[in-house]
Order: sequence, then structure tokens, then C-alpha cells
Amino acid sequence: MTNFINNFLEVFYVLIGLIMLFAGIESFRDKENPARIGTGLFWVILAVIFAGGRILPYAVIGVLILLLGVLSLLKQIKPGNIKGIDEKVAESSAKRLGGWIFLPSVVLAILSIVIAQFTPLGGQIGIGISSVIALITAAWMTKSSAKTTYHDSERMVRSMGTAGILPQLLAMLGAVFTASGVGELTAKAISGVFPTGNHLLGVVLYCLAMAIFTMIMGNAFAAFAVITAGIGIPFVVAQGGAPVVVAAIGMTSGYCGTLLTPMAANFNSLPVALMEMKDNMGVIKQQAPIAITLLVIQIFLMYFLAF
Amino acid sequence: MEYLKLIGIVIIILGFAFKLDTIAVVIVSAVATALVAGISVPDLLTLLGKSFIENRVVSLFFLTLPMIGVIERHGLKQSAVNAIQKLQNLTPGRILNLYLLIREVACAFGITLSGQVQFVRPLISPMVQAAASAKEKLTPKQIDLIKGRSAATDNFGNFYAQNLFVASGGVLLMASTMKSLGHAVEPTSIVLYSIPMAVITFIITSLYNHHFDRQFNIDRGRKSEANHD
Repeated sequence: MTNFINNFLEVFYVLIGLIMLFAGIESFRDKENPARIGTGLFWVILAVIFAGGRILPYAVIGVLILLLGVLSLLKQIKPGNIKGIDEKVAESSAKRLGGWIFLPSVVLAILSIVIAQFTPLGGQIGIGISSVIALITAAWMTKSSAKTTYHDSERMVRSMGTAGILPQLLAMLGAVFTASGVGELTAKAISGVFPTGNHLLGVVLYCLAMAIFTMIMGNAFAAFAVITAGIGIPFVVAQGGAPVVVAAIGMTSGYCGTLLTPMAANFNSLPVALMEMKDNMGVIKQQAPIAITLLVIQIFLMYFLAF
Repeated sequence: MEYLKLIGIVIIILGFAFKLDTIAVVIVSAVATALVAGISVPDLLTLLGKSFIENRVVSLFFLTLPMIGVIERHGLKQSAVNAIQKLQNLTPGRILNLYLLIREVACAFGITLSGQVQFVRPLISPMVQAAASAKEKLTPKQIDLIKGRSAATDNFGNFYAQNLFVASGGVLLMASTMKSLGHAVEPTSIVLYSIPMAVITFIITSLYNHHFDRQFNIDRGRKSEANHD
């Protein structure tokens, strides 16, 4: 069954490679983008990695990843000139479809849970199958042609840009940390100051570290990869804490940090600029009381649910 | 000098804090850590490739993008705007709370429109300002407070409900990272354990926004009028 699932998943990785290829082709064709070659290469390389992951030697993929890093470092990846949607079409479709427009999303969310819970296929295959069915539903409801669906796909991928691949790169970083023994080392360093074995102290340490490191880095996903390996595993999971509770509540503890930091510009500075607010910290000030309350609640929730 | 291995953590923290190129920072951090740990260059390339391939599942959410693209072109935003515009004749706090509810439910179904750009600035903040100024003109300070609170409400809903969607980047990242760390967990169980915080955030934010109405001179219904006597 595991073998079957892995082979089945490979089909979905090829599909992801395909939509990345669409983004690559359209980036190359975007004559107004000064970095069109680099941006096109970025998506095509990713397409190759996703579709060919099973066949290509790992070392080759390693080289391709370094290449992505160089392209990004040289500022050769830019969203470019992405064609927006036609407001008139959107307005008239919205009138015609009404609330039905949300149906494909509902299909996706519910079907993926159903497949995960009630079939032996598991959550990941569930997401793959339901994404395809949701897309078919959406295309059928809106009577979309293959051509417009192609453009909808490349538009979404290109507007997501490099941010879309960041979570996977962070997961890769976490795996490299583990292989290099970073987690054990931070655990050893910290256990010189804080004793391991005290459940509550471990939970407090992990949740606070998630929030503080997210404040410094401005990104909870990045903090999660580092702090879970270094603190979450040795101080909470290794002491008997349930991994799923540690992950779920650890990540949202990081979000408390996001609510408190000007480093998370997209969430806290963008609205200030958009609405021409006088107080630069105006959004963070409104968020602070809730963020701190939630952090305290999460510490207790993790302590009671994990042990 | 075993502690040199922590160089990768230093690189990633400083790189993000100084807003350097994020993709390059992550890759440099991985390369530096492996080299300091004594991993040879060929082995390093293999390790990078293997770690990236084994975490492809994190990017499974790319599969949902074509569908979102199709419904976006067919008026996803406009339908959401129409729904929100029905929130008339309410107090500022109620508008914010209904928006919070809509945002959380939408997130649970994987609809993560850019709330600040598409809803808060054009819709929520002006609607709350209109509701708050029904009896008395707002001071510039109050207007700034409303803008801040509207943006904050969007962030609360977005952050604490996004992990209710099984194909979200965050859930997939958690599942994949925990697997790399040797403690595999199912994405659906992460969703299950994300429910308490989504509910708690909704309750606490609702109370907070309800309290917000006291900042303004508005008709808060019979009960509060009685209190004024």
C-alpha cells in the first residue's frame, strides 16, 4: 500500500511540474519583464525537479537547487507583467453564479478530509484527488476552456512567486539541520541552562521561543523548522509530548510573534501603507493584547493536550 | 568547535532579520551547516537534493491553485464583497466580528484571498467608520484606531483559521517537518488539533471587538442606553 501511495503521489508531482512549466513558459514570453529569462528558468527548473524527482539523481537536484539560489541572489526572479482578471467577466459571473462560486473550494476541503479519513489512501493522496475534482467542478460550473484554465493556472503560480516554494525550502533546511546534528546540539546547549524533563518548563520554553524567533525573523514557518528541531523535539516531544499537539500549537504560538513584529511587513506594515494610517505601529498596537493573551492560553493548552 | 554547526541558525536569523533574499538565505544556511558538519561537497549536493525531494509534499498546495484561479476569474472576490456588504445597520464591533467569522470559515475552506488589500481597505474599514460615525463625527485618532482594528481582525482570522485547511502550506510544512524529525504526524490530525485555537481566537477577538464599541458614541441598543441613565 505504501508503495502504491508513493507511486500515486508521483502522478500529482508531475501535475505540479506541469503547472510550474506553464508559469515558466509564460514568464519567458513576458517581454516586458527585464528578468524574464531568470524567472522562466526558475519555474522550469522547479518543473524538472517536481516531475523528474523520481528519476534524477539527488546530486543533480542538489545542483539545480544551488542554481535557484544563485538566480534569486542575482535578483533574476521577478513576477513581471502578470495579466489581471477581467473585472467585467468577474462581475457578470458573480451575478450568475452567486454563492455557487464557493462550491469548488467546499468540494476540495470536504473531499480531502473524507478521503483521508475513510479510505486507506491517506491525506496527501486525498488532497491530490480532490484538487483535481475541484478543478473539474470549477471548470464545468464556469464553462471554462482549456486555454483560460491554462492562463488561470500560470497567473496564480506566477503571482505566488518565490514565496510559494519557501515552505518546501524551509522543510529541506530542517532536514539538513537534522542530518548535521544541529537539533541535538541546540538541545545540549540549552539543557545546560534549562533542565530537560520538566513538562511545563519545556512547553513554556518552546512556545516562547517560537514567538520570539518569529518576531526576530518575521516568518513563523522559518522559525518552526529551526525551533522545533532545537527545542520542541528535545524539550517537549522527547519528554512524552504528543508530536501533533506540539506541531499544531507550536506553529500558532509563532503566529503570536507575527502579530507583534514590524518584521512581518505583509501583515503589519502593508495595511498601514494601504490605509495611510498615521501611527506606523497602529496595527501591532491593536493586536498586542490579543497576541499576548493567546500565547498564554496556548502554553496551557499545549501542556494539557500534549501530556 | 562543535558549536560552529549553529552557523546555519545564525545565518537564517540574521538573513531574515535584515530582509536579505529569502531563497538564497535558506540555501546558504543549509550549505554552511552541512559543510561545517564535515559533509563533503558531493554528499552535500545529495543531501540537498534528497531533503528537497522528500519534502515535495509541502508544495502539494500548488495543485489547488488552478481551481482558485478559475473561480477568481469568475467573481470569487465580487461574491465575497456582495456577502460582506450585506452587513448593514450593525455596530462597529458586530461588523468586525461577522467579518472575522466569514474570514475564518473561508480560510477553513482554503480561500485565502489577500484580506488587507481586497477587503479591509476597500470595504471593512470604511463600513466600520460609517457605523461608528452614525451620531458623531470621528476624530482622526478614532479613524486611525478603526483602521488598525480592522487590519488586526483580518490577521486574527487569517492566522488562526488557516491551519483548518488540510492542503494549506502551513499544515503540509508541519507534517513534513515532523516526519523529517522522526515523529511523523498526519495532516488531518494537525487540522483536528488546530480547531481549539481557531475557536478560542474567535471568542476572545469577539469580546475584544464588542468592547471596541465603547470607544464611540453610538446607539448600542436598549441595554446600554439604560446604563447611561
